[in-house]
Amino acid sequence: MRRRLAWRAARLHEARAETATARTLVLDVPGWPGHLAGQHVDVRLTADDGYTAQRSYSLAKPADGERIELTVETVADGEVSPYLTEVIEPGDQVEIRGPVGGWFVWRPDGKAPVLLVAGGAGIVPLMAMIRARRQAGSRVPFRLIYSLRDQDGRYYADELRKPEPGLDVTYLYTRSAPPGAARPAGRVTLADLAEGGWPADFAPDCYVCGPTGFVEAAADLLLALGHTPERIRTERFGPTGD
Amino acid sequence: MTAEYLDGNALAGPLGEIFAVDVTAATGRCANCGLTGPVASLHVYGPDPGLVARCPGCDEVVLRLVRGPGTAWLDLRGAVSLRLDVPE
Repeated sequence: MRRRLAWRAARLHEARAETATARTLVLDVPGWPGHLAGQHVDVRLTADDGYTAQRSYSLAKPADGERIELTVETVADGEVSPYLTEVIEPGDQVEIRGPVGGWFVWRPDGKAPVLLVAGGAGIVPLMAMIRARRQAGSRVPFRLIYSLRDQDGRYYADELRKPEPGLDVTYLYTRSAPPGAARPAGRVTLADLAEGGWPADFAPDCYVCGPTGFVEAAADLLLALGHTPERIRTERFGPTGD
Repeated sequence: MTAEYLDGNALAGPLGEIFAVDVTAATGRCANCGLTGPVASLHVYGPDPGLVARCPGCDEVVLRLVRGPGTAWLDLRGAVSLRLDVPE
């Protein structure tokens, strides 16, 4: 039986920029029990006067022993994210509670094809699934549809550019498409999900993560394409999820 | 409801303080409309003054969780039942 959750001290090992506004934090967490792809943690900061603030962040890759990675997007006026993306330095401590969430997860023994639909920073838990698939040597075919404003906003760009057997990646740009792109910039459409995803007949497991509006729209389109609600798992983050 | 909301996945940490099993993966039934689905799919508003989870079908309150110093208040009156997978 799992024990109830408690806060653990975590120390920043290193940080690297993903984009101009997002940073991946590599943290050492003594006693880390391991986690599933798609799970998240709560991060708590405590000010000198005792004031605390906490937010949830998705784990970005499988654990390496007691070492975990989070990717954090800066939210303007946020209480927690600007500290994590701009201030914290290697050696500094934060408190972490987790891993949590047992529903929006992919298990390496999964057999169904997988469709991942990411909106912006919603790529993070889906990237953890891609990395878990690679680590497990799974041959389950994955397709990723990654919607974001423009090319500069891509997380994990170098890693996703490398060809990987069984993984197809489609980018959808909502604000500005690269020169010569066949698809004009715009929000996700039925055609995007039909072309970049799997036919509903294949009964894929669909994971959709992003801002609330994006998730609603993408999940509705998947239903319209014939995917069943039981196979569509969603995770939303809103302004309080910074 | 027009305010931005999260979903039941965000309850995993706060409920994990109280329960030894992951309640977000449990299947709940709405006391108002009878909709059945994972707790993770509820629409969650908060976190202050407390977390309020509403049914995605009818918007009625299914669960409320208020955390105070040394105390957690959990109101589940909007849920008929919770079905949990229990490891044997």
